Amino acid sequence: MTTTRRDFLKTMGSLSLAFYMPLNVKAAPGTAPGTTPGAAFEPNALLRIDGDGTITVWATRTEIGQGVRTSMAMAIAEELEADWSRVKVLQASTAPKFGDLGITGGSQTTRSTTEAMRKVGAQAREMLLQAAADTWGVPKIECEARSSRVQHAASGRSLAYGELVGKAATLTPPANPPMKAPKDFRLLGTDVRRLDGPDLVTGRARFATDLHLPGMLVASIERCPVFGGKVKSFDAREALKVSGVKQVLQVSSGVAVFAEDTWAAFAGRQKLKVQWDEGPAAKVDSATIRKQFEARLATPGKVVRQEGDAGQALAKAARRIKVTYDAPFLAHATMEPMVAVADVRPDRCQIWAPTQAPGLALPAIEQLTGLKADRIEIQVTLAGGGFGRRAMADFVLDAVECSKAVGAPVKVQWTRPDDFQHDGYRPATLHELEGAVDDQGHPLAWRHRFVGPSIAAANHFPWPPEATELAGAADLAYDIPNLHVEWGQCDTSVPVWFWRAVPASFNPFVTECFLDELAHAAGKDPLDFRLDHLPKAPRKLGRDTFDPARYRAVLELAAARAEWRTRKLPKGWGRGIAAHAYLDCGTYVAQVAEVEVKAGGAIRVHRVVCAVDCGLVLNPGNVKAQMEGGIAYGLSAALYGDIAVKDGHVTAANFLDQPILLLPAMPKVDVHLVASDLPPGGVGEPGLPPLAPAVGNAVFAASGKRLRSLPLLPPGLRRA
Amino acid sequence: MAVFTLSVNGQSHKVEADADMPLLWVLRDRLQLTGTKFGCGQGLCGACTVHLGGAPVRACKTRLGDVGARPVTTIEGLDPQGAHPLLKAWLELDVSQYGYCQTGQIMKAAALLTANPRPSDADIDQAMGRNVCRCGTYLRIREAIHRAAGKKAEVTP
Repeated sequence: MTTTRRDFLKTMGSLSLAFYMPLNVKAAPGTAPGTTPGAAFEPNALLRIDGDGTITVWATRTEIGQGVRTSMAMAIAEELEADWSRVKVLQASTAPKFGDLGITGGSQTTRSTTEAMRKVGAQAREMLLQAAADTWGVPKIECEARSSRVQHAASGRSLAYGELVGKAATLTPPANPPMKAPKDFRLLGTDVRRLDGPDLVTGRARFATDLHLPGMLVASIERCPVFGGKVKSFDAREALKVSGVKQVLQVSSGVAVFAEDTWAAFAGRQKLKVQWDEGPAAKVDSATIRKQFEARLATPGKVVRQEGDAGQALAKAARRIKVTYDAPFLAHATMEPMVAVADVRPDRCQIWAPTQAPGLALPAIEQLTGLKADRIEIQVTLAGGGFGRRAMADFVLDAVECSKAVGAPVKVQWTRPDDFQHDGYRPATLHELEGAVDDQGHPLAWRHRFVGPSIAAANHFPWPPEATELAGAADLAYDIPNLHVEWGQCDTSVPVWFWRAVPASFNPFVTECFLDELAHAAGKDPLDFRLDHLPKAPRKLGRDTFDPARYRAVLELAAARAEWRTRKLPKGWGRGIAAHAYLDCGTYVAQVAEVEVKAGGAIRVHRVVCAVDCGLVLNPGNVKAQMEGGIAYGLSAALYGDIAVKDGHVTAANFLDQPILLLPAMPKVDVHLVASDLPPGGVGEPGLPPLAPAVGNAVFAASGKRLRSLPLLPPGLRRA
Repeated sequence: MAVFTLSVNGQSHKVEADADMPLLWVLRDRLQLTGTKFGCGQGLCGACTVHLGGAPVRACKTRLGDVGARPVTTIEGLDPQGAHPLLKAWLELDVSQYGYCQTGQIMKAAALLTANPRPSDADIDQAMGRNVCRCGTYLRIREAIHRAAGKKAEVTP
């Protein structure tokens, strides 16, 4: 476990933000409409204060619902001592003045940008203080900034930030401005509602799919249903007869129908006749993949963690269990199907895309257009869901290629079936576990071998293939004397990509449920068994440090709030517990699920009690919202999530084939935060990993039936 | 192709289009009312919910030719001042995450409150139970509807 997604983000330069950004850059004219040039203070490309007191912040990460536009603005506003009601947020583009936008993913934004954003605010605050001090001819140290004003208490004078912009703009930003101590925070740590809220509820918010440029065509692309298939030939005559259809062209991903509006493009596409060369993947289906996994599982993989001698311990053990677990491929299913708009001209290219990784798309855009990066600008739009999907470049490149082909601005709009059937899927995996407990009921040995595709290898990332697959398995939290974890690479023709929590969306299900099996074998309470077998001191796991005290605290808090030891549940109900330390983003979460199992195997999750330690809490309301969201996304997958493959293509095309959790099945969720002054961690993903095992363990408690295969519902009951 | 006269948010519009064109694309691509969202095109997610003659419908499954004289209300016309109790409740509870489904959720909820000013949890589950929210904001949606219902009751004794 030498490499993780965090490296990926670092490689892409996400940490260089702000500190390497040229200071005192002049914003391009017209970037903030309605302001007069020269009447603004722009100490940094990410911050502008206008003469009327308006504070504009540019967010350098993509808003995918996790709240980064608000949280990045909060970090700047905190140090700036800004009047929050005057703060608005715009989105940074790939224009050079904004520096590298990095990648929005891995729950890394809080960790990788908070300090930098605070520094942006602190620099500006110091300059405003200096400007006021100079105006009054008093020492700067006698001046105080608060709520967008500088005050001089000794003389009772004060000036609004807006009145200071002219003078502040002539000053040099300090290299190392003083930063506030967290105990002095006024904004961070409070419930702050998202800045985009009003635009979202009134329909004013503009997603990429909402954009309409003059002269723009809408394209819809017919793709080979079989992964890797190619166009053999096509007949566009009937498609071209559809009113509004302008052109039909072959493009890299299939055959594109260009039309005046979306409906005409869809209607034209339905009339298209395409012959495909389906290629070798046409013989692949879920059953052949399963056989491939089983064969791989029978052979040794790469050892990714080894302590003691699990083989010998198991051979000698009196009580041992050997079982298999599996998890399916999963689709992201963002509510806004993939979409992007591009306007490729001979000398420049503009793109509007809800991308989580503009930098990943740029090299391919350069290649497609023949333009250098400085002639290409990606405007990052609001995203109607991300979950990792929008870090893929495919939908952005569609738009670029289509616009270049017709010499006009083009929006490429995916349909829901396109979105389900041409995703990069969460890898499927197959696991074999063998464990033993001793006569006193202590865990003696743990051997875990699992196989599945590698996201790193499939996408040619410069890391070892296992780098993207191990979290939740190789970093097993518990202190077991003989421990052996092995991973076997087993690639298939199904494209794989990052999904919310990536391997921690399946490995913790396997490990936290198997741990429950050992607890049961030992005759121990699942909570006690966990608490009794944590390491005594922090320990290095991979390159991160696991802190058993934090893990213990979230387990104990979740258990206490769920009244684990005392609350009597109705007949047919059970409770289960699970935890996961999301070491990559510094956040620990434990959950207790209360579940009713009905006749025939129907599962109703009534309540989830969630305890989270994400270090210093920057916005408690948002942390709670993200935990609720992670639980819902996790429960949707745990109950219904299964992307099946037949004849080389994904069978699911819509929300009936692949149900999504709906309101009536949403459990009550109680979120409890651990107070902490550790560095703030991410929250977008960590709410998800404990959910499936907590539910699986609760199902066992309720019914005595151990479910080792995701999704948990039997096929006939997978209806949302 | 024919010319249709539509009443949308109190305004009359002439639209020349095929009778089969879904109302969703008329609203979004012809009238630039993009608050009504495309989520599935199959009537399965509710992101495109609008009111037709006061009743909630899925605009992606509503043919232009079937609209007739019934007035259409979209999120843009729900309350142009943004003072609708649901909009306030949605903001107070910070319901939205990425927010793409929320305009459809709000239109469905508004129709519910018109029909049933004080809905129970079960009424809400029944009415809202086919609108997908991928962020999982369901608990807040339910609470916001209750809150808006309470406010409504306060202002109209």
